[in-house]
Amino acid sequence: MLKLSSRWFAWTSSVVLAAACCGVAAGEWPLNMTKGVTDVSHNVYGLHMTILFWCIGIGVVVFGVMFYSMAMHRKSMGAKAANFHESTTLEIIWTAIPLLILIFMAVPATSTLKQLYDTEDADLDILVTGYQWKWKYEYLGEEVSFYSNLSDASREQIYGPKEKSTDYLRDVDNPLIIPVGKKVRFLVTAADVIHSWWVPQLAVKRDAIPGYINESWTFVEEPGVFRGQCAELCGKDHGFMPIVVKAVPQAEFDTWLGEQRQAALAVAEAAKQHLSFDELYSQGESVYNARCAACHQPNGAGVPGVFPAIAGSKVATGALEKHLATVVHGVPGTAMQAFADQLTPVQIAAVITYQRNAFGNNMGDSLQPIDVVNFTQNQ
Amino acid sequence: MAHGPAPGFSRWLYTTNHKDIGSMYLWFSFAMFFIGGMFALVIRAELFQPGLQIVEPNFFNQMTTLHGLIMVFGAVMPAFVGLANWMIPMMIGAPDMALPRMNNWSFWILPFAFAMLISTLFMEGGAPNFGWTFYAPLSTTYAPASVTFFIFAIHIMGASSIMGAINIIATILNMRAPGMTMMKMPLFVWTWLITAYLLIAVMPVLAGVVTMMLMDIHFGTSFFDAAGGGDPVLFQHVFWFFGHPEVYIMILPAFGIVSAIIPTFARKPLFGYSSMVYATASIAFLSFIVWAHHMFTVGMPLFGEMIFMYATMLIAVPTGVKVFNWVTTMFRGSMTFETPMLFAIAFVILFTIGGFSGLMLAMAPADFQYHDTYFVVAHFHYVLVPGAIFSITAAVYYWLPKWTGHMYDELMGKVHFWIAFIGLNVTFFPMHFSGLAGMPRRIPDYNPLWADWNMISSVGAFLFGAAQVLFLYNVIKTIAVGRKATTAVWEGSHGLEWTVPSPAPYHTFTRPPDIADDDPHLVAGTP
Ligand code: HEM
Ligand SMILES: [Cu+2]
Repeated sequence: MLKLSSRWFAWTSSVVLAAACCGVAAGEWPLNMTKGVTDVSHNVYGLHMTILFWCIGIGVVVFGVMFYSMAMHRKSMGAKAANFHESTTLEIIWTAIPLLILIFMAVPATSTLKQLYDTEDADLDILVTGYQWKWKYEYLGEEVSFYSNLSDASREQIYGPKEKSTDYLRDVDNPLIIPVGKKVRFLVTAADVIHSWWVPQLAVKRDAIPGYINESWTFVEEPGVFRGQCAELCGKDHGFMPIVVKAVPQAEFDTWLGEQRQAALAVAEAAKQHLSFDELYSQGESVYNARCAACHQPNGAGVPGVFPAIAGSKVATGALEKHLATVVHGVPGTAMQAFADQLTPVQIAAVITYQRNAFGNNMGDSLQPIDVVNFTQNQ
Repeated sequence: MAHGPAPGFSRWLYTTNHKDIGSMYLWFSFAMFFIGGMFALVIRAELFQPGLQIVEPNFFNQMTTLHGLIMVFGAVMPAFVGLANWMIPMMIGAPDMALPRMNNWSFWILPFAFAMLISTLFMEGGAPNFGWTFYAPLSTTYAPASVTFFIFAIHIMGASSIMGAINIIATILNMRAPGMTMMKMPLFVWTWLITAYLLIAVMPVLAGVVTMMLMDIHFGTSFFDAAGGGDPVLFQHVFWFFGHPEVYIMILPAFGIVSAIIPTFARKPLFGYSSMVYATASIAFLSFIVWAHHMFTVGMPLFGEMIFMYATMLIAVPTGVKVFNWVTTMFRGSMTFETPMLFAIAFVILFTIGGFSGLMLAMAPADFQYHDTYFVVAHFHYVLVPGAIFSITAAVYYWLPKWTGHMYDELMGKVHFWIAFIGLNVTFFPMHFSGLAGMPRRIPDYNPLWADWNMISSVGAFLFGAAQVLFLYNVIKTIAVGRKATTAVWEGSHGLEWTVPSPAPYHTFTRPPDIADDDPHLVAGTP
């Protein structure tokens, strides 16, 4: 009889142990939380493992007693029921012991929490803004900012039987670049609905809430690439809002910042050139597919009741001025965003030209980048 | 006394009989369980492999939203109310509910609420697609037009719940048979009494928050619109002040059910009756001061974060007491494993596992990593499916012979149990892993890293679904051709409901039963 119960015990505990070991050697079948790459993430991981082992321990004891009773105290084995139904001592013991365990756990939890909240004395501030469905990163005081979208490679693999790449849906066009060995503070907010900026390996998750600026921070010691995703239901493309953070050495970071400022000048320069209709149309098509098609659909038909169509739309077949204003300022209170600083003047001119001439709209007119610049400056 | 039910459909439409109304609640809930389950299977089918195969993201969000809403408000809550209607009067020796006319109303407005909710699927712009938590401003400024119907549906469900709760409180406090003191009431009655108070406390909060939404959408206020000076976080505080007690509303009656079943099949009194009552009350109390643990990442001040973390951890203590009491009840019993007992034991084991992941989630710094991932989905399904659904299933098998006068098919019940048990674990256990490995919840498509676990989860979900079809078949078969059940039904039966014949006559206890101090029919474990 005793054999049976010890077999139960051995069986449950070996399953638990096997699961725990696999967690350490996770390969194809990821089992556990990432240890991450920062001091905070190591502490969080430690806390997670400690509480997990307490749970497993208590589970083994409680389920052990239970399985023992089920094996030994069954009527079919001739067990006679006892009649006890109260014991103040027992009940006090099993109130007190869990309480002690909890107090014991509260200590490391509190200190890690304090560490997570310590956003003082940062070397670099980055403003992170969530949009439906992209992120904007602004390096405060550096005059550098850009948007980060799902990469085209991932977008192309969504439909159809195509093989998915390793970073499928976890890859962006413009990753966030941060220097190693520096305390970076993230100021997190949103422009439309609530999003949440989450990078597991940095143990950073902060809700991005319109009207609020939340703070969070990280300190990465070694260069690397860390991936995450938006973690708050934010509408249709919530699953397609990845985050990529690239930590690079300080020198490389400085060069990159310089290049970004250079690129901004180049954009201003490009806005002065004159483009042919065909150039505008074909460039507009790729901008449309990357930025507009998610809502208005690749064929311009929209989604009735949710997203308006472009094909035959009043705006796209009406006055140019109104069309331009809609794209530049967006439509407040809807998913239509202000694209003024998400797209370059060339891109805006191109995509408007495309919309007015594709999907059977055939308006025959077009817009030059300089018109866009003048329009935004006159507002 | 010869007065029986009216013939035909008007019997059901006008009935004020607690047994009829209980049955209607149960069938309604069963129907909703299948509809909500079908929506879950759409979700799991889409998540079977990476890429979008079956539904578009927007429709996927409608499915998660309706699944969550229907399971919570359509399946679990009405099922518990149905059980309360059937059993509470019989357990306390009352002839009916205290307010029978209102009882009829609180049931009949429900089908309208859900018809309205489900009809949004066919409206232009589609059904609500913002999750069952419907956070503003996604659910206000950016919502489909059908959100107004959603708000009305919630109002009606809330009204139904409040009426049901008032009725239950009035019945328990006023209609107990002479001699049945509070501390002699079966635990199911106790847990429902406490649940009813929770309902009355928080359903108005839910009604308030949807009314604020309605004002924001149609009447130009900006409670939740930052651009108009409002506050999106206010929505979450109000929502979770309702929402957290709500999850206990879905579990406390289950505690009562299991506390009835385990002693019966262990043939031993419930261990620690009074500490069960106190633990239930403490859990209910604590449920009001922990709402913000759903919001650890919104950017609360450090001090607030700490207080909510400690309060949340504390809930583990009374919950632990309950589990220890059930295990001790089994210890040195004389156990048999009929279907209700199997479901009750699975409840204790799986609910405990859900409690463990809940304890992990209580650790605020770790919750920063768990929050809004599949780890949370695993956690709440481990408490809801074994917690609410298994306990309801156990209750149905346990009392079905009393309701129908027929015995269910034991073999088929056991087969149902094992398929459901395996299906459930295959579905939800892997979600712990995909969540820890970084898979966010409410996404229609995902990275291949999580593909294997998702495939397994999806297979498990269909298995679980199949088990429920067997359940339906078994219930119908019992009613149609089950063999005759005895009055006491179970060898270890205790309580007044087992003193009336099976099937329970249309009217019971028209003359109150007399309860002596040492009455053997009282709940096992009452001192
Ligand atoms: C066959 C059984 C079930 C399956 C396969 C299932 C599956 C799922 C899945 C895949 C999700 C989506 C998770 C996400 O993307 O965030 C979900 C969400 C949810 N489920 Fe279930 N579920 C089942 C039963 C239940 C039951 C019985 C309840 C309640 C008593 C329930 C309550 C919920 C809730 C509240 C949500 C959250 C909805 C939201 O994100 O807004 N589920 N379920
Ligand atoms: Cu988002």
